[in-house]
Amino acid sequence: MTSFVTRLTVATALLASPLLMSAAQAQDDVVNIYSYRQPDLIKPVLDAFTEETGIPTRVLFINKGLEERVQAEAENSPVDLILSTDISRLVNAKEMGITQPVEMDELNTAIPQEYRDEENNWFGLTRRGRVIYASKDRIDTDEMDYADLADEKYRGQICIRDAQHSYNLGLFGSLIARWGEEKTEQWMEGLRENLARRPDGNDRAQAQGIYSGECDLALGNTYYVGLMLTNEKEPEQQDWANAIKIIFPTIGEHGTHVNISGMALAKHAPHPDAAKKLMSFLASDEAQHIYASQVFEYPVKEGVEPSDVVKGFGELRADDLPLSEVAANRKAASEMVDRVGLNQGPTN
Amino acid sequence: MEAFLSEWRVRLKPRRIEGTRTPRDSKPLIGVGIIAALALLPIATVLLIALFGTTDTAQWAHLTTVVLPNALGTTLFLLMLVGLGTVVVGVGTAWLIATFEFPGRRLFAWMLILPIAVPPYLAAYAFAEFLAYTGPVQGALRAFFGWQSARDYWFPDIRSTAGAALVMAAVLYPYLYLATRVVFLMQGRNIADVARTLGAGAGTVFGRVLLPTARPAIVAGLALVMMETLNDIGAVEHLGVRTLTFAIYDTWLSRGSLSGAAQLAVVMMIIVFSLVLAENWARRRQSFHGTRATQMMSRPARQNLSNGRALAATCLCAIPILLGFGIPVGVLGRYAIHRSEQFFTPGMQEAITHSALLGSSVALVTVVLAFAMLAASRLERSNILAGLSRLATLGYAMPGTILGLGLLFALTSFDNALDRFLRTHLDISTGLLLSGSAIAVGYVCTARFLALADANLRSGMQKLPPDIDNAARSLGAGAGRSLFRVLLPLLKPALGTAFILVFVDTVKELSATILLRPFGFNTLATYVYENASRGAVEEGAAAALLILVLAMIPVLMLSYALGRDRPV
Repeated sequence: MTSFVTRLTVATALLASPLLMSAAQAQDDVVNIYSYRQPDLIKPVLDAFTEETGIPTRVLFINKGLEERVQAEAENSPVDLILSTDISRLVNAKEMGITQPVEMDELNTAIPQEYRDEENNWFGLTRRGRVIYASKDRIDTDEMDYADLADEKYRGQICIRDAQHSYNLGLFGSLIARWGEEKTEQWMEGLRENLARRPDGNDRAQAQGIYSGECDLALGNTYYVGLMLTNEKEPEQQDWANAIKIIFPTIGEHGTHVNISGMALAKHAPHPDAAKKLMSFLASDEAQHIYASQVFEYPVKEGVEPSDVVKGFGELRADDLPLSEVAANRKAASEMVDRVGLNQGPTN
Repeated sequence: MEAFLSEWRVRLKPRRIEGTRTPRDSKPLIGVGIIAALALLPIATVLLIALFGTTDTAQWAHLTTVVLPNALGTTLFLLMLVGLGTVVVGVGTAWLIATFEFPGRRLFAWMLILPIAVPPYLAAYAFAEFLAYTGPVQGALRAFFGWQSARDYWFPDIRSTAGAALVMAAVLYPYLYLATRVVFLMQGRNIADVARTLGAGAGTVFGRVLLPTARPAIVAGLALVMMETLNDIGAVEHLGVRTLTFAIYDTWLSRGSLSGAAQLAVVMMIIVFSLVLAENWARRRQSFHGTRATQMMSRPARQNLSNGRALAATCLCAIPILLGFGIPVGVLGRYAIHRSEQFFTPGMQEAITHSALLGSSVALVTVVLAFAMLAASRLERSNILAGLSRLATLGYAMPGTILGLGLLFALTSFDNALDRFLRTHLDISTGLLLSGSAIAVGYVCTARFLALADANLRSGMQKLPPDIDNAARSLGAGAGRSLFRVLLPLLKPALGTAFILVFVDTVKELSATILLRPFGFNTLATYVYENASRGAVEEGAAAALLILVLAMIPVLMLSYALGRDRPV
């Protein structure tokens, strides 16, 4: 009579057991990574690490809510290393108390002071300039100030990705730090009116917008251009990249806004030693070189050259604004975007 | 037929039970109570966070004055457009199929259901690729008219509220098609015949007779469409439409305000419950049983159309199928075929295994729980039991994001408390027992899809007259024996359907899965999403195609029942 139920229960338990396994699975030497970075982009570096040390890595890509999840998991969190694509997430992680300081000479010598936390809770790995993509055919100038993006002469010509995206919030945050809230808000209203379409897509889509003629100017990160230029699988992306030139904009006398990707050791990291090995590897010449050559970012480490593709973009002169100020203005920037209605696109 | 139809519904109000009394045996009550409590845990957690979480007043002011009005406006606009679109297409095609004879009618009758197999996020990916500047449509237009760039012409933007509405309507209209078609076929036919004999033309019959008759079915179908629209996060995110669901996600995860998100979620719950109430109210008066079996079995006579009109009817029915099924399958299928090696990559194999394991475990657990609840109410007919099992199925009406959010906090709190306790007292560490494993994902899917299994078993059970187990009882079988030896075997078809439906919905589930999955646990849905979120939809196409193929199984079953073209 109960055999049916028994069979069901046994079958369920059998089916569920592999699901349970992933919880119980405890390897001694492994680095567990929660990453805001796409697994594909960090794979080459992680593979090199595993090859050198024999320590495997496991990556869980989370595109939102990484810090919240680590906080909820508390002392039982499986994560060792947090990888982030922008400064405010790193600062946020520190403020939420989910990171721990790491004192390692390799890190301190490899990573310049402006790209690491005062208390060594987070470390920058690569720099990414938030530059202007401009149409080769339709834009004559090679020099611009971010302020120019609000100039009426560019009405209906600008494309940007979601204004709430952390790359944009980082830029807006640094403008608030440089200009103050009032001027930045006026600028943002001007930018909104200059938009060719509602903010959308990723940086790649902005390049496509210029290629298709929808817009003449766009905000984007440098490495996307490198990725498109070398895309063998989707050769049409090379056309998109070839339609644009990169302008390194200034903020008055200051240089281009630069954000970082970085890492932080989780407070309750179950494998801190292995994770620290990975951290020092990521700051090594070898890893920095892989980053530069395969992901087209600017290495943070002095002496490691950017790739030839990236050098071809021109000279990056980075704004020397401390990154902590960028992070501190993130919330103000985010609320400003809502207030101005930047994501709704132009009002007419 | 009704069994098939009702699975697509949230059945929150069971049939009124006669002769209710207070339960004698408390075991069924405790059992169902536990199931209900577990199912409600995520929702209750969100409510608690909303009530007791720390509120940053400045941020809450910002949320209510800026974020909420925008999100609410966008959401209502989207709901309105999707509602309008699905009613026009769903009711229109149902009427054509039920009333007229035209080329392709028999084929369209079942093919019109196919788009329901396409989850909105996959449809959004496919539409965005299809209508993009570099896609086939604009490419063909440029080639034909000799345009050089996007400056030379205007093309509507799919990444907009109207675009999202088009995508959603294209895959959600079958809910209305299914609901109204039955009415037109069964009940409407006789009164339509009467109206015609009194001299009314086809248009008058439709507008003055059939449409009013179908109104309850339309409201019921609409409520489901709206819930699906509200639940979606993948499509609106991809198309840049900032709905309430998106705002909840964003408030929690980008603005770091858990209580703000929970409070927005409560606003959302209010909308959802109004929809549930509307659905219940509408179905109260919905009854489409013929009075006699022979009447129900009779084939409706369909009107023949003139050549021109017949062609128009054929086109009108073909368009929704092409949009809702043709474009997704075409776009994703083309990508997948060009990358057939993807089917065999380790990542993909893993995603298939995980999806299959997750889907079948959730389906099994859900079916067992649903049967337990049903058995309990068969043994002990009481209002409390009925109410509890109704509560247990509330999860279906909640967006996966909200359930996932609640569950993450409930489970991690439980895990950490258990771990601390065991560590201090027994020196054992259990770690993140539930939240650190795929159990969390399984849990959330079970809480969400319990309603599907319940509705299906319940309608299966309703077909079995009480005489059957009464007979067993009179022959000396106990309540349990009659339940397992008599009812269970008879319910096998319903159990099977429930299993398949829950399996497929679990495989499709995205929003809660992405939030709760542990290391190395990619499902087909998250595999597609990861690729789409870095702008490489084509890399996830193979997985997307597999989801579509799986999702077609219940649709084909439903089509088979409909294909016989009479009430089943």
